[in-house]
Amino acid sequence: MSAMQKLMGWVDDRFPLTATYKAHLSEYYAPKNFNFWYFFGSLALLVLVLQIVTGIFLTMNYKPDSELAFASVEYIMRDVDWGWLIRYMHSTGASMFFVVVYLHMFRGLMYGSYRKPRELIWIFGVLIYLMLMAEAFLGYLLPWGQMSYWGAQVIVNLFAAVPFIGEDLSIWIRGDYVISDATLNRFFAFHVIALPLVLIALVAVHLVALHEVGSNNPDGVEIKKKKDANGIPLDGIPFHPYYTVKDIVGVIVFLMVFSAIVFFAPTMGGYFLEANNFIPADPLKTPPHIAPLWYFTPFYAILRAVPPMFGSQFPGVVAMGLSIVLLFFLPWLDRSKVKSIRYRGPIYKIALALFIVSFVGLGYLGLLPATPIATLFAQVFSVIYFLFFLLMPWYTSIDKTKPEPERVTG
Amino acid sequence: MKRLKNFLFLLVAAPVVALASEAGVHLDKAPVNLADQESLQRGARMFVNYCLNCHSASSMRYIRMQDIGLSEDLIKENLMFAAEKPGELMKVGMTKADGKTWFGATPPDLSVIARSRGADWLYTYLRSFYRDETRPTGWNNVVFDKVGMPHVMWSLQGEMAPVMKKEGEHEVIERLELVKPGSVTLAEYDAMVGDLVNYLVWMGEPAQVQRKQLGIIVLAFLAIFFVVAYYLKKEFWKDIH
Repeated sequence: MSAMQKLMGWVDDRFPLTATYKAHLSEYYAPKNFNFWYFFGSLALLVLVLQIVTGIFLTMNYKPDSELAFASVEYIMRDVDWGWLIRYMHSTGASMFFVVVYLHMFRGLMYGSYRKPRELIWIFGVLIYLMLMAEAFLGYLLPWGQMSYWGAQVIVNLFAAVPFIGEDLSIWIRGDYVISDATLNRFFAFHVIALPLVLIALVAVHLVALHEVGSNNPDGVEIKKKKDANGIPLDGIPFHPYYTVKDIVGVIVFLMVFSAIVFFAPTMGGYFLEANNFIPADPLKTPPHIAPLWYFTPFYAILRAVPPMFGSQFPGVVAMGLSIVLLFFLPWLDRSKVKSIRYRGPIYKIALALFIVSFVGLGYLGLLPATPIATLFAQVFSVIYFLFFLLMPWYTSIDKTKPEPERVTG
Repeated sequence: MKRLKNFLFLLVAAPVVALASEAGVHLDKAPVNLADQESLQRGARMFVNYCLNCHSASSMRYIRMQDIGLSEDLIKENLMFAAEKPGELMKVGMTKADGKTWFGATPPDLSVIARSRGADWLYTYLRSFYRDETRPTGWNNVVFDKVGMPHVMWSLQGEMAPVMKKEGEHEVIERLELVKPGSVTLAEYDAMVGDLVNYLVWMGEPAQVQRKQLGIIVLAFLAIFFVVAYYLKKEFWKDIH
């Protein structure tokens, strides 16, 4: 026995190092037919790490103080060595996180990755998505620009629409009657430690649940049903080295897109960093147009699409909340005999296409001022968005599906 | 509840109002060229002479102007009127309260003004002042109606007066014309403002030149890395299927 083997044996007697490595990498059997859409899970993990590492470095120079915050960001951009790069990586990373997560979720919708036995993976995933939205919202206050300030004001005011307790609730969240230094301090605390801890824990359970049941694939068939004499799925290949080398290619392509943005268009024409956020927060001056960042706009459009009822904006807030809560029920709403879109009938394909058009349409409309025509479109898209979920038990059960293959194809 | 309703109404209605007030103002394209160091240096001189009395640039250090080809001695002798050391930030003596009293609004800090307003807006704004005796300063601006700032560079541009035209019920400004010439021609003035805006764009993010240069190297590295990774993947996967 070599010294290395001895050392490994010593560790393995005390900690399941080799067993863990095998269970999650070298002997975790993933379907061999992953396609383009399967890059985004590992990319989301990459962006999470990027955000944490750049965030740590930003925290070293950022000042969570309403008098100093704006200037400290500019200090990072100018006087801190490589500060501009770290800051742009973090701001670009925030938007790219949502790009990657939206594509990852779309993959799940296409191939039925939320279906039995992967319901918990999906639920943990939706929780990650919720936490991510909270994390992005909290972080956006920190530069203390006009959009930071007024965006936070609008979102916290949504809680004020809750009947009876709303006003008190919003004051409790802000720690003040308006967004102020107290709000900035608590948002900072939640952004840099509380939510990242929750996010990491959720990502861990998302992966543990995934590795327990095994990955789905573009055919939506269970590879564990056909095993060889050693109990290894016939259509499975070890994650390492096959998918590690494949994911490296995906990572490089992603980093090329990411770098193109960071180095040549860090504001992305105002979509990743808004021009108005280069004006320091002014509680006395409401900006003419407050639009949330692009990744929130679909839900913002739903909020605005619902007209006030009984003099209250609460129905809109409920609709917005419901639009996300519905995601949790997806595994039980879908009654189709097959998982993958490859073997589904035309009804589901049309429903999914309409859903995507509505979601993107809502996202676009959420960026615009609410003109009557824009509101009408937002209302139509919102109805389609909700019907996609609410009618799913019906249209998936009558849809004419094709038979699933026994083994994965190509 | 009422407050929220008012607020949401504001959210919905305000953009329309804003668009209405700014509609029709055509912005001229600013001649921004960060590779033109002489233009940036002329712009820096304009900036410290005309802007840096009321406006601060409190995130910007004088010494950073080395990046546009100025030596420390040149900066010290020609561009530092209100600072002792070149490492100091571009602050001004005027307090926020004074600014509010004198101009009706505190002159904004200009460190990142080009990032919030955009180069074209600044370029057009600085060339759109006209005489308006109804205003406390005697000046108004086509791009920024009832602006608190007087025409600081009037001795250069001269005095402009609006030429009105009828648009439905209202009289609107069609264009400005020179009524009292300044010390330079209008074309020369445009060029000077162009230099100043060029400088403001650079000052909005002094790292941007380095950023773009580094970006090319990073993308070139990733392109090479991609080829290696692609063939590595191909080699590993040749026994699958």
